[in-house]
Amino acid sequence: MRQTQTINAKDINIIQKKNLMLLLTVVIIVGLIMLASYITEYNHVDGILSIPAAISWMASNLMFSQSTLANLGSVLRLLWETVLISIVATTTASVFAIVFALMGSSLTYLNKPLMYLAKIIASISRNIPVVAWALILVISFGTNSMTGFLALFFGSFGFLVRAFIETIDEGSRDSVEALNATGATYWHTIFKAVLPGSMPQMFSWILFMIETNIRSATLVGLLTGTGIGYLFDLYYKQLNYEMVTLITLAIVLAVLIIEAISNIIRREIL
Amino acid sequence: MAVDNKLKEEQKTKTDFNKKATDDVLISFDEDPEVTGETVEVASKEEVKQMPVIMSIENLNKEYSKGKTVLKDVNFDIKKGELLSIIGPSGAGKSTLLRSINRMIEPTSGKIDFDNKNITKIKGKELRKMRTNIGMIFQHYNLVDRLSVFENVLHGTLGYKNSIQGIFSMYTESEKEEALDIITELGIQDHIYKRCDELSGGQKQRVGIARALVQKPKIILCDEPIASLDPSSSRIIMEHLRKICNEKGITVIVNLHQVDVAKNYSDRIIGLNSGEVVFNGHPNEINKEVIQKIYGTDFDDLIME
Amino acid sequence: MQSTVEYDSNGSIKVSKPNRGQTILKWLIIGSAIFTVVGFFLMDYTGLDLTQAIPMTIDNLGQMFLSPSLNNTTWSNALWQVAVTLSLGFLATILGAIISLFLAFGTAVNLSKPWLSNTIKAFITVIRAVPTVLWVLIFAIAAGLGSVAAVIGMIFHSVAYLVKAYSEAFEEVDEGKIEALRASGASYGHILFQVIVPQTKSYLISWTFLRFEINFGVAVAMGAAAGAGGIGYELFMSSSFYYDMQEVGAITLIILVVAIILELIANRLKVSA
Repeated sequence: MRQTQTINAKDINIIQKKNLMLLLTVVIIVGLIMLASYITEYNHVDGILSIPAAISWMASNLMFSQSTLANLGSVLRLLWETVLISIVATTTASVFAIVFALMGSSLTYLNKPLMYLAKIIASISRNIPVVAWALILVISFGTNSMTGFLALFFGSFGFLVRAFIETIDEGSRDSVEALNATGATYWHTIFKAVLPGSMPQMFSWILFMIETNIRSATLVGLLTGTGIGYLFDLYYKQLNYEMVTLITLAIVLAVLIIEAISNIIRREIL
Repeated sequence: MAVDNKLKEEQKTKTDFNKKATDDVLISFDEDPEVTGETVEVASKEEVKQMPVIMSIENLNKEYSKGKTVLKDVNFDIKKGELLSIIGPSGAGKSTLLRSINRMIEPTSGKIDFDNKNITKIKGKELRKMRTNIGMIFQHYNLVDRLSVFENVLHGTLGYKNSIQGIFSMYTESEKEEALDIITELGIQDHIYKRCDELSGGQKQRVGIARALVQKPKIILCDEPIASLDPSSSRIIMEHLRKICNEKGITVIVNLHQVDVAKNYSDRIIGLNSGEVVFNGHPNEINKEVIQKIYGTDFDDLIME
Repeated sequence: MQSTVEYDSNGSIKVSKPNRGQTILKWLIIGSAIFTVVGFFLMDYTGLDLTQAIPMTIDNLGQMFLSPSLNNTTWSNALWQVAVTLSLGFLATILGAIISLFLAFGTAVNLSKPWLSNTIKAFITVIRAVPTVLWVLIFAIAAGLGSVAAVIGMIFHSVAYLVKAYSEAFEEVDEGKIEALRASGASYGHILFQVIVPQTKSYLISWTFLRFEINFGVAVAMGAAAGAGGIGYELFMSSSFYYDMQEVGAITLIILVVAIILELIANRLKVSA
């Protein structure tokens, strides 16, 4: 008897509290939306109206003329260059990321100062946005693939270190403990427990990073005047919207193909 | 007031019980043969007394942070060739005690004598050499899931190898033959090329035992070896451990949740409560009062539930 | 002795027989290594002079991080621009989150019909394939360059990301809890807002904040590349217009500090989720 009574009384209290909390949350969020809209001069009506406008615009540019299709060759060439940069930047970054992840993981660190150093370097590298890297590097490296490669490299490196550290910490704790208990050396635990256990998951992260980087490469190209991003920018500024649509479609197809391939690979290795 | 306190206490007992139940504690005096297995012949109290001492633990303490003491002044001897069970409620420090023995956890103070040496202070090569003499088996098997059974078993030889030999899997033929013999003894020879994640829990634990045996250890530490297994697999594992002890003369130390299993298979039982040894004796000496001492005063309430 | 044991060509005992997945992974790693090396030779290095570029980069980085200063703008303006960028990211995240919540109800297989779930998933895959900057520029054709195009363009990617995260969280909810409410005659809306959302609340918040963290970076990029304003635009101006490395350094440091704070909060939320 007593128990049911106390529970009921408590329940009512909780429900009232919950409703109040919900109301408060909604008020705060609406307030923040209004504040943010004011700061950025964002107009919600314009925003909603722009969606049908953009869709009708896209539809009207889907019929390509002969002269547009003639440019397909150069689109594909620059698309290939973009894909190439994305993959090479990711694979190169992953080699460095494995070393830093091993130094930064609480499971495999060599010593504390190195661990913090590795984590700080990785954090700086991923928290400086790719655009900043691109803008900084283009000044000295000029408008060529090296700039895009380096910008993507720094962004991917920091992200992969974090992902790899999580993979190592989650997957290898038990087997590392077992190998340590048999009297194995540090390098035994790395090569016999950590790497065999984490490799598939790490490769899956690399695939994810390649997918992301192909999209980022477009952005970097736009800023540094390289690859498919440059071509997009060129025709965009010439108001040649048929070409803009063609390039967009080419990028979409490339990303979808890469995603499909990585999904097949993931199914096989995980 | 008094009623309120009683109510609180009751609730506390309830939550405690639930916590223990989820922790897989089986405290029962029903001799369920499926769980405990056939009655096994164990050494008598006198026989254990006559066994030579292989390791002695003196004044062992472990404090994780100031005031959070896990082991309090633990003293006992380990005899050569006995099967010693350590029982106690969850959080009593069983796991910490076991891991202090092979220094997977550093004890705060105290002495552990093994092979005429205090092993609490050794470092580097000497530490590795000590660990090759002490095998370990884990609740979650701790295998490298993606490698083959055979590779996992051969990991037991890594303690005898330098880094280069280990990294490039330079196992000698005689090591492989020996490992195969052990694998066959444990009855998992049909699975040697399977990946470990394709095995059942009982099979994985036998791989764990094989890995420990390949080390040619003098002592094997088992941390809750059957806590994640079903009753029939548990029985197989406990029988293998008993056999290792009888036939190879290896000392086996087992952390256990299940009192009845401990009673059936051990030569000696140590009871741990809040980091203190509260019982050290023959399985026959385990009775209700002893259990109460090990598992706390509310034990009666627990079995009433 | 044992029939299961296999020997290799030297007559020694094999320790493992790699399965399909392991063999594929091995060749993938070898393949990627070769591709990477070859890829370096295939890249277009027109106009690259490493002997000049590397010392210049080091010099630039030195100026940026050893003597950062705001020369063409004021601190108050810079902070205001950070607020603009944060607001852009916030708007895209919160509006995207509201849309995503409802789409995720339709995507989670335990709450929806297969045809609906698959349709939304296919739609989202295509949306995600278009880089955010292209979305923003496409909307800019309709709405003009500025915050409207930026926010709407960023919403698209946020929705694609959050629907996936939300629906996966919903799919984790215990089927029994849904059934219990259904058995008591609760409506679909009741199930969603009495069981699903409260059960997954901390995950939803954690994922949403993670997206906010990402959107801050995206908003910086949109400021630099798509005329969305904010600190990204300042960065673009100081690097490509004024060539002022000290200011680039100061702005980069400001962005870095904000990003690290956001990352720390996101990590905290992820741990408690």
